[in-house]
Amino acid sequence: MEDPDRKTEVVLLACGSFNPITNMHLRLFELAKDYLHETGKYKVIKGIISPVGDAYQKKGLISANHRVTMAKLATKNSDWVEVDDWESSQSEWLETLKVLRYHHQKLLSPDPTNSLQNAIPLTKPGRKRKQEPNRHDPVKKKNQGPDIKSVPQVKLLCGSDILESFGIPNLWKLEDITEIVENHGVVCISRAGNSVQKFIYESDILWRHKNNIHLVEEWITNDISSTKIRRALRRGQSIRYLVPDVVRAYIEKNNLYGPESEDRNAGVVLAPLQKYASDSKN
Amino acid sequence: HRMKSRIPLILVACGSFNPITNMHMRLFELARDHLHQTGQYQVIEGIMSPVNDDYGKKGLVSARHRIAMAKLALKTSDWIRVDPWESEQKTWTETVKVLRHHYSESLGLLQSKRELMQNKQPIERSTEDSLSYQHSVLPELKLLCGADFLQTFKTPNLWKEEHIKEIVEKFGLVCVSRAGSDPAQYINESDLLTKFQHNIFLVKEWIRNEISATQIRYALCKGLSVKYLIPDSVISYIAHHNIYTEESEQKNEGDLLQPLKLHNTTVNPLND
Repeated sequence: MEDPDRKTEVVLLACGSFNPITNMHLRLFELAKDYLHETGKYKVIKGIISPVGDAYQKKGLISANHRVTMAKLATKNSDWVEVDDWESSQSEWLETLKVLRYHHQKLLSPDPTNSLQNAIPLTKPGRKRKQEPNRHDPVKKKNQGPDIKSVPQVKLLCGSDILESFGIPNLWKLEDITEIVENHGVVCISRAGNSVQKFIYESDILWRHKNNIHLVEEWITNDISSTKIRRALRRGQSIRYLVPDVVRAYIEKNNLYGPESEDRNAGVVLAPLQKYASDSKN
Repeated sequence: HRMKSRIPLILVACGSFNPITNMHMRLFELARDHLHQTGQYQVIEGIMSPVNDDYGKKGLVSARHRIAMAKLALKTSDWIRVDPWESEQKTWTETVKVLRHHYSESLGLLQSKRELMQNKQPIERSTEDSLSYQHSVLPELKLLCGADFLQTFKTPNLWKEEHIKEIVEKFGLVCVSRAGSDPAQYINESDLLTKFQHNIFLVKEWIRNEISATQIRYALCKGLSVKYLIPDSVISYIAHHNIYTEESEQKNEGDLLQPLKLHNTTVNPLND
């Protein structure tokens, strides 16, 4: 019989351009963690920043190498948020769902470096574990603390703009959205007075899984978008105290953002739009 | 050399800094960028002046801590510093007096540097010396603030009219406001401010990041994270000294602010 006091372990995954990473991105993690802990039902064990690959082809997107490096610099003194470059090292653009699945798999598969799994014996080579993440079927694990529910969850961490982008035609596949909210869950940070609740209400899929969409209200108006940072840099304006100082120094040293970098991918169709538009043609 | 004709400028920010936040430091950066873009000024220094404990604001922790935190936060800045003079006075000091003090300090410093330069042989003088200490250019000192500050001029008994006049006439204001708010309106509503509007610089902050120190203290009391809102060094300091607690928040509860206690006139200075 499952102990109702057991907490579900959660890994927060943030996907995005991080072009560059800002204090706002980093805040999302802190807000989400505090929120989930306050419910008493969750224990956040890790935060993962997964910068998108260059193949995403967003306007102004600079090389993944730099974006990953800056994110790593930014999280150097975080004891729970880290950067993962699996997504960015793929040659093709990957759907967010695939990244979620990948990280969920990583959690389930035994891995000596995964602190969750330390007490669990390694599976024999060649033996495949069950692939589907299924919340209702906890995988039995030995030597776990009494307050931990067996299956850790990887939840998508995002701002309200991402959630509302579910509505943009051809940006997301309907079945992907469904699997994201059904099997993984979303933690969405937005400011007071936002339209997210309305958006969820107006979507049958989101409404059905609203218990798995955690809305966190952000009490400071934090508008530090990467776009604005890049704009300030082009204009020779200071970005101090908006991004970690190490990131600012790195940008300055490598002269990363200027009018030319902003023109990258100008006129090019965003990878998901390209993909789904051509899919629908076939 | 356009640099030669620019007026050297010092920015002074007065406030509780209870605690210092990233937003406080942002104000300086925004102000400096704006003033440089006018082509008229060269911002040479930023001074953060935490208010005296005697101010009597609710939740105000000891100046010793507020100064220490500001020092930690400003460690990475090469032009902004925290100055303890105001907090070291025996009583609360009016803002205009703080401005006067820092202005005379800067003049004194300038004078001694000029004397030093005069004693140097021309060959010893660096280009920097020549640019910085032009005989004809006196520095200006301006008060850096947020738009809400302008509004406080209207609060009865908070300011003396002659002080407001001296601040805007003799010194000047650099007022940072967020996109969507309209400080020009407050200026328009006051004859005094309108008269000296040429000396009130309005800076718009397009990247909204309204980190209120009150909310920071609230979060700290509740054990919530304030990482990335205030520098890590300040977070550690607060934790180490256990500065913000429910108890600290009750300090001065029910007390009148010192300026309100002092000014027994009921005349509203801005009822023009």
